[in-house]
Amino acid sequence: MDEDQLRIFVGIVQKYFESETGKGPDTGSPYLGDVTDLPMLDFTGVIGISGVRQGCVYITAGPELLRALLLHVGETDVSDHNLCDLAGEIANTIAGNARMHFGADFMISVPVIVRGAAQAIHMPRNTKAYVIPFRWRKHPASLVVSLQ
Amino acid sequence: MELKLMIIDDSNVIRGKISRALTRHNMRVVATAANGEEAVERFMPDKPDIVTMDLTMPRMDGLECIRKLKKIKPDIKILVVSALADKATAIQALKEGAQGFLCKPFSDDDLTDAMDELISGE
Repeated sequence: MDEDQLRIFVGIVQKYFESETGKGPDTGSPYLGDVTDLPMLDFTGVIGISGVRQGCVYITAGPELLRALLLHVGETDVSDHNLCDLAGEIANTIAGNARMHFGADFMISVPVIVRGAAQAIHMPRNTKAYVIPFRWRKHPASLVVSLQ
Repeated sequence: MELKLMIIDDSNVIRGKISRALTRHNMRVVATAANGEEAVERFMPDKPDIVTMDLTMPRMDGLECIRKLKKIKPDIKILVVSALADKATAIQALKEGAQGFLCKPFSDDDLTDAMDELISGE
């Protein structure tokens, strides 16, 4: 994955929060993550990628960010069920929007939800994973993109 | 006249968002479904006037669901609401019989504008 492609994902995250809340996140500098120690917060939505590219895209966030986002869009049910649902939906939207740039053969799976930081996502050691850290209303989250 | 709506999306959060926005827009939600299979089971030809349809769903995806609903009720109006932002997917959905396509993420105004266009046949 090159710098331009990484920039595509930064732009999609920006657009997601701007569209949903009117305010984009504060995005930190993307970095190449250690695949044995990638960021994992309490709620993680994972999308598997196949077709022209293989790998995964995941978003990981704490309950505070997801709860604030739900309330902002008028959803009063901030149960764990809906926090998981939202984590999956954000991941799905970001991966789906990437098809505008990667084309229809950038195939995306339905979201898989991982609960809790202890449940790490195992990636092949020969895979590069880029981490895009960001904060929305000061709540931290990360988008992780690992594409072969 | 109040229009009757069916919302098909695997996200509970998105179903709620669409429901709130379109209820305020003089529509009544008569059914919801979390995937295409559920949608076909719950679809009552005499009930909804309009369907909002996600594409990426487990068990049966949105394109197959559009085909099936169109067979049951050929004049049903379908607005696809999907994160799949490529042109080919939008064209495919329209070929299958959807009349509108709205890309996620969307604001309430985006949704009501897309719905108004669909209803007026623009």
